[in-house]
Amino acid sequence: MTPALTTAAATAAATPTAADGHGFLSPSGVEIAFLLVGLVTLGAALVTVTTRQLVHAALWLVVALGGLAVEYLLLTAEFIAWVQVLIYVGSVVVLLLFGLMLTKAPIGRSPDADSGNRWAALTVAVAAAAALVWVVVDAFRTTWIDLDGAAAGSTRVTGASLFRNWVLPFEALSVLLLAALVGAIVLSRKAKATTTAPAAAAATPETPATSPSPAAPAADGTPGAKEGAR
Amino acid sequence: MHLAYPAVLSALLFCTGLYGVLARRNAILVLMSVELMLNAVNLNLVAFDVWLSKAARETLHSGQALTLFTITIAAAEIGIGLAIVLAVYRNRGTSDIDKLRDTAEGRAPDGPDGPDSTDRTALTAEETEKAEATA
Repeated sequence: MTPALTTAAATAAATPTAADGHGFLSPSGVEIAFLLVGLVTLGAALVTVTTRQLVHAALWLVVALGGLAVEYLLLTAEFIAWVQVLIYVGSVVVLLLFGLMLTKAPIGRSPDADSGNRWAALTVAVAAAAALVWVVVDAFRTTWIDLDGAAAGSTRVTGASLFRNWVLPFEALSVLLLAALVGAIVLSRKAKATTTAPAAAAATPETPATSPSPAAPAADGTPGAKEGAR
Repeated sequence: MHLAYPAVLSALLFCTGLYGVLARRNAILVLMSVELMLNAVNLNLVAFDVWLSKAARETLHSGQALTLFTITIAAAEIGIGLAIVLAVYRNRGTSDIDKLRDTAEGRAPDGPDGPDSTDRTALTAEETEKAEATA
């Protein structure tokens, strides 16, 4: 008990307002909300990786990602939360649904959604989960997040740190997005040029619409892919 | 808030995604599981950034900046990944990653390689004709 108390005292010294009135697991209101949303998120994630209906997996992924956005809001990181809603729920899941549609995924239950090594995968995942949870709980047993005061992730704070300290990675990331856009277009157009005859390619001089949004590459790639698949 | 809550949730989500990557057979389901793993890492980054931004005086908000970068890279990854999956589906007629074993080792040296490749070229030629007919 004594080392735990000294660690708590050290934490209290580091964070002046926190860590004195906390009991074990300290079930405050925000923690109960976090726990409930976390259970929903984890359940949706489990259904996502275990269901045999492919479209349902994508729709449960929406629930899991939206639950994570709510968790970000509870952690006062609101800008990240709305970015999560915009990019993941808004575009990534839509792209995944388009992918499922274009690869002619079966609507009902598909019996071969899981491969034969699922028991080995289950063993690995459960062992990794046990090890990670044990280590994490043991390491951060006496650590509390102080959620009072100004939000740690408001748009103002995030924007200031992003454009004051992280400008160079930000610009490099925009170059990477451009490379991904060009790469997706090249991937879909090159395969189309090999599968279709030059006469057919000349007959349909399809110009892919270049959209400035970051989620554009596969949205540009998919119509050409659909043309080629038929 | 106790730091163990987001840390444990992130660990469990990561292991769920790990199971999905290892156990799924459809390539798009594997991509979904990869997204779950990336999101678990994002939750960890945000939680530790909120903790450290209150515990320390000077902070760069590196956790939230890295979370934004991870989200962007995940969007690029899903775009490229889906383009690759669709290209594979167009050439092979399947997105089943258990059947894409062309570079697998330890198989019969003269077994499926020769006739399979000629078969595949015949198949793509047939698809080409079909595409011409429909176009």
